[in-house]
Amino acid sequence: MEQIEFDYPAATRRITRKAHVGVVGSGDMEVLMEPTQDEGAHVSITTSVDGFQDSWKAVFDRFFSKFDGAVRIQINDAGATPGSVLLRLEQAVEVINQ
Amino acid sequence: MSEHIGLRGRTWFQALTENREPMAGDPSSILASEAQIGDELALFLCVVPNPSSRFPCVRDGQVGLEEAFALAHHLRSVIIEDREKPKAQKRPIIAIVDVKSQAYGRREETAGIFFAAAVSSDAYASARMAGHPVISLIAGHAFSGGFLTHGYQANRILAFDDSGIMIHAMHKEAAARITRRSVVELEQLGHEIIPMSYDVRDYAKLGLLHKLLHVEDPQRPTAADIEAIRRDLIDAIQDARRGATDLSNRLQSEAAKQTRKAGIAVRAALEAQWENA
Amino acid sequence: MSQANLIPEFVRRQSFIELDGRRRAQSLFDEGTWRELVGPFNRMESPWLPLQGIAPQADDGCIVIKGKIDGMTAVAIALEGGFQGGSIGEISGAKMTAALDLAAKDSQAGKRTAAVLLLETGGVRLQEANLGLAAVAEVISSVLALRPHAPVITLIAGTVGCFGGMSLAAGVSSYVVMTREARLGLNGPEVIEQESGTDEFDASDRALIWAIHGGEQRVGMGLADTLIEDDVEKIKETIRGYVHADLRPEYRSQQVELYRARIAALDTSEQIDPRSLRQKWSNGTKGELR
Repeated sequence: MEQIEFDYPAATRRITRKAHVGVVGSGDMEVLMEPTQDEGAHVSITTSVDGFQDSWKAVFDRFFSKFDGAVRIQINDAGATPGSVLLRLEQAVEVINQ
Repeated sequence: MSEHIGLRGRTWFQALTENREPMAGDPSSILASEAQIGDELALFLCVVPNPSSRFPCVRDGQVGLEEAFALAHHLRSVIIEDREKPKAQKRPIIAIVDVKSQAYGRREETAGIFFAAAVSSDAYASARMAGHPVISLIAGHAFSGGFLTHGYQANRILAFDDSGIMIHAMHKEAAARITRRSVVELEQLGHEIIPMSYDVRDYAKLGLLHKLLHVEDPQRPTAADIEAIRRDLIDAIQDARRGATDLSNRLQSEAAKQTRKAGIAVRAALEAQWENA
Repeated sequence: MSQANLIPEFVRRQSFIELDGRRRAQSLFDEGTWRELVGPFNRMESPWLPLQGIAPQADDGCIVIKGKIDGMTAVAIALEGGFQGGSIGEISGAKMTAALDLAAKDSQAGKRTAAVLLLETGGVRLQEANLGLAAVAEVISSVLALRPHAPVITLIAGTVGCFGGMSLAAGVSSYVVMTREARLGLNGPEVIEQESGTDEFDASDRALIWAIHGGEQRVGMGLADTLIEDDVEKIKETIRGYVHADLRPEYRSQQVELYRARIAALDTSEQIDPRSLRQKWSNGTKGELR
């Protein structure tokens, strides 16, 4: 089990809504996305699959290259693929953009 | 290990009812008798192995269809008979628990053992809610559906501090298989994670036991042992009568406030949010 | 001809089974009247799963929603079958008992609050063993404490079904509603096969599984009340009906002598034919699909 943290200081746009997407089933994950009062976004990942720190960083670098909201993102992961992770993040963004 | 299942149950049933003949009309797997405890009469209930049961899957001491309904029958009779009595005079019910598990059989599933177990736990809970002090004495094994059916609805639970006592959701071999670990790994996990432990001393840390009982050899109790356990039962009965008829006491012990603090916090959070919904 | 008539029913029909636990619970309530309690953002997770390298879920697989169902105050408690098989742990069990206890308290004070249990569960979470088992005993007790004061309706839709200790919670409920796909039993087929052998129960025989545990059988033999189609609107309508149900002097799990006699009358020399039980036991319950 690993706990991974990332910061994205450039993501400063104020957000008003929160979003929760996904179920922590095998090969899946949940995302909790909520506004933060801090300058920048913070990501916390709890994952039962060790050794993919780089993979997670690549996914979030890509996500925050397009998304600039000041959010706190929490992920509980049981082995989702990078593609699934991005999908869940996009679903969460859809909710907060409503 | 399996040859001891049910033997301790019968031993303590006979000891506490002074070898009184169990009531007639039950399957051989059910021992039911009224006997003196302190200055009142109590109903003693016990499930034991019946090697010649007409249900092939209950011959090793599992709790099956007939057992569940026999228990419910006795409990409902006591509830009805004592219906008009004040709370202080409602007969105590003492469940002596030494059950291997629920019955794992096709006949049982077809005929709805889930429902039979529900009927028995309903009867036990109803006796408790009506004011009868319901006490469980765990004399051996108390597993999953068997324990839910016979004993887990009690006001107070007592167990012997002995390696032969095992309270759990699933036997080691089956649990190891399902969680994909070895039995040794599972036992080790139980040392770190108290709710997973098979040791009764760890179970005691969950705050669900009223008392851990100390007897030299629970399989061969002396007259002094039996007298001591009787006193413990009387104490539990009185404690039950003083308390609520729900299961709230299970979260109030010092041990529970520690090991079940997360559950206690959730309950408080739900209550705080309930009114505004 | 109206637009609605041009759209075939099978296109309009929305599957309930395809919804996750949260959306299933939400779908039962009157629009705009519901709120989730102690949801994922409260982050009350299992303290035991991370110790074993298992990723927790922020709501511990139990969703509590309070609001109005057809104008009546109600609480829905849904188990998420996709997380740890919908199993009961310390937190999910505590959410369920607390919600039932609060509903009972309100109901006794004159604010009748029905409970709908959406049970998609294998029973006790083995990774929390004794706290899961204790929680199940407490859920059973809390259902029984609420039942005299307000309807407790168990809804089992599938595909996980309702097994293990939680099947007793279904058994003591005021009413049980099942789809055809749903199953209800104490032990699943794999467990029976493991404990008693393949001759006793061939876990690969799907026809056998549904013949014994399936919704149609349970309703047909009178151990569940309504067989419902996998349709969000129809399920909502059925639950609305039960939320308004009058309290009864006696519930199924109190009928000891009736069922004790039925068990005594069973011929155990061979396996029992499930269909024969439908004929012998049906209490006039309508086994046909609604």
